[in-house]
Amino acid sequence: MGTLLEVADLSVRFGGVVALDRVSFQVEQGQVVALIGPNGAGKTTLFNVITRVYRPSQGTVLVDGRSVLAIRPHNVVRHGLARTFQNVALFRSMTVLDNVLVGDHTHTKSGWLQASVPLPGAVAAESAARKRALEMIDFVGMRMHADRPVATLPFGVQKRVELARALVSKPRLLLLDEPAGGISHEEVDAMARLLRRVHTELGVTMLLVEHHMNFVMGISDRVVVLDFGKKIAEGSPAEVQRNPAVIEAYLGAA
Amino acid sequence: MSRIRTAPPRYWLVALAVIFFFGLPTVMSSYLASEWSQALILAVAIMGLNILVGYSGQLSLGHGAFMALGAYTSAILVHRYKMDFLVTIPIAAVFTGLVGFLFGVPALRLSPLYLALATFALAVVTPSLIKRPDKLTGGVQGILVVQPDPPQVAGNAYSAVTGTVMTSDQWIYYVVLFCALILFWLAWNLARHRPGRAMRAIRDGEVAAAASGINVAGYKTLAFGISAFYAGTAGSLFALSTGFVSPDTFPVSLSIQLLVGAVVGGLASIPGPVLGAIVAYFLPIASSQWVPSQTWLPDQVTSTVKNAGPAVSYGAILILIMMFAPNGIVGLVKAGYTVLNRRLRGVSDPKSGQMPSDPETV
Repeated sequence: MGTLLEVADLSVRFGGVVALDRVSFQVEQGQVVALIGPNGAGKTTLFNVITRVYRPSQGTVLVDGRSVLAIRPHNVVRHGLARTFQNVALFRSMTVLDNVLVGDHTHTKSGWLQASVPLPGAVAAESAARKRALEMIDFVGMRMHADRPVATLPFGVQKRVELARALVSKPRLLLLDEPAGGISHEEVDAMARLLRRVHTELGVTMLLVEHHMNFVMGISDRVVVLDFGKKIAEGSPAEVQRNPAVIEAYLGAA
Repeated sequence: MSRIRTAPPRYWLVALAVIFFFGLPTVMSSYLASEWSQALILAVAIMGLNILVGYSGQLSLGHGAFMALGAYTSAILVHRYKMDFLVTIPIAAVFTGLVGFLFGVPALRLSPLYLALATFALAVVTPSLIKRPDKLTGGVQGILVVQPDPPQVAGNAYSAVTGTVMTSDQWIYYVVLFCALILFWLAWNLARHRPGRAMRAIRDGEVAAAASGINVAGYKTLAFGISAFYAGTAGSLFALSTGFVSPDTFPVSLSIQLLVGAVVGGLASIPGPVLGAIVAYFLPIASSQWVPSQTWLPDQVTSTVKNAGPAVSYGAILILIMMFAPNGIVGLVKAGYTVLNRRLRGVSDPKSGQMPSDPETV
C-alpha cells in the first residue's frame, strides 16, 4: 500500500485572495479520504488544481510519485484520475449512454478517419465501448434510463450518471465533489452504499468533498479539514470530530 | 428479411430520400435539375457548417469564404492547368480542409463572440481578396469553367431510362449527388462514433470534456478542418455547376444563407442540412414569386419583399423557427414522431423524467 496522491505545500492565489495556503496531505492506496471545511475553505479549488483546471502558485501534486502539474488537463484521466463536479457537469444534450461513452474516451483510439469510413477496428472498438458503458450504467443502477437525454432526468439520477461516466474510465483515484449534495435523504443513503461498493468491488481509492457530516463520518477512513485555505486538522473521523479547531471553524469561537 | 422488417423508420426515410434524389432528373427539365444541384451543393456546405456549429459548438459566419476557396482552387486547376474537373474536386476539398484546419488554430484563442466576428470579417473581405491577384483569379471578371459532357456510359444509361439525351446539367447533378451521398455517409459515421461524441461533449461542457480525456483544442481544430473540407467540396461543385466563378459569386449573404440553412434544418443532425438547404435555396425563389402575386397583401409588404430579395424571407423564417422550432425541422419532426408513438403504443414519456420508486441500486 503506497501513497497514491501526495499534495505538498500547495498554494493558490487569485489576485490578492489566497484560496489555498501551503496545504499538504496524502491519500494512501485503497483509502477513502474526505475533505471537509466551511464554505469557501478551498475544497473545490484543491480539486481543480489536482485535475489541472487551475494552476497553483506553488507546491506539488504527485500521483504515484509523478507530478500531475506537468501534464495537460485532458491527460489527467490517463494517469488514473477521474472526477465528478459539484453541481453535475453532464453533457446535457446527450443521452445517458453517450455521456458514459464519453467517459470511456481514453479506452478507444479510433480517430476521425477510422470512424468516418468506418473501419472494422473502429466498429469493434465501438461495440466493446458500448458494452463497458452499459455495464457501468448497470453498476450504478440506471439501466432503464440508458437511452434518455440526461437533461430530462432528476438530479439524483444525474449524479449517478456522472459517477458512471467517471468510473468507466477505470480510475485509480476518484475525486468526488459533493456526491451527496442536493439530493434527498434516501438518495444520500443509497449513494453512500453505492460508493462503498465502488470502494470494495471496484477497488477505487477516493477523495471526496462533502458537507453532509453523517455521510462523511460513515464512509471515510480519514478526514482532512480546511478552513480559509489552510489545513487545520487531519485524522480519523472520530478524532476530527473532537478537534477543538474544527469545532471552532464550524461553529465559531466559544 | 427480419432485419428489413425491424429496421427503424429512419432507415426507410433514408432509402426513400436516396431514391427520390436519384430519380429527380429523369422527371424534370435540365434547368430544374441544375437548380436541384445547387440545393444539394448547399446541403454539402451546410453539413460542413453543421459539423462545426452543431456538433463542436463553434460559430462561423464566414463559411462562404471556404466555399470560395474550393471553387477557385478547382477553377484555376481546370483553367490554367487543364486538369479534368472531377480530379480537381478532391484536391480542392483537401486543400480547403487544410486551410480550415490552420484557421482553427487561432480560432481556439477567441471567445465565441469574437470567433463569430472574425469569421464574419473573413466573409466580408473574401470578395476583395479574390480580386487582388487578378492574374491568378481573373480579377473582377472571374473564371469560366467549361462544363463537361456526360461520359458515354452515363449518357447511355440515362437514355435507356428516359428516352432522352442526357444534358451536362443532368450529368453534373449526378456528380453532385454522388459527392453528397458519400459526404453525408461519412458525416453520419463520424457523428455517431467516438469523434462525434467528443465534439458534442466539448460543445456541452469543455471542462467536463477535458476531464474525460478529450483533447479539446485538438477536436476543435479538427472540426474546423473537416468543416472546411465540406465547404471546399461544395465550392468546387458550385464552380462546376454554375460554370463560372467570380468574386460576386461569394458575397456575405452566402455565408448567412448557409447559417440559416443549418439552423432551419436542425443543428447537430444529419438530415437537417438537406432539409435546411432545400428551404434556404428554394424559399427566396418561391417567396419572391409568390408574395408579389398576392393581391390581398398590402403594397408595402409586396414591394419590400420584391426589393429586399432573399433577406426578408430569411429573416422571417429564422424568427419563426427560433420561436416555434428551436431544434429546426428535424427537431419538429422528431417531437411529432415521439408524440405519435406514445399515442399509438403507450411508450413512456421521456420528457417527464419519471423513474421507478426503487432503482434497486444496492
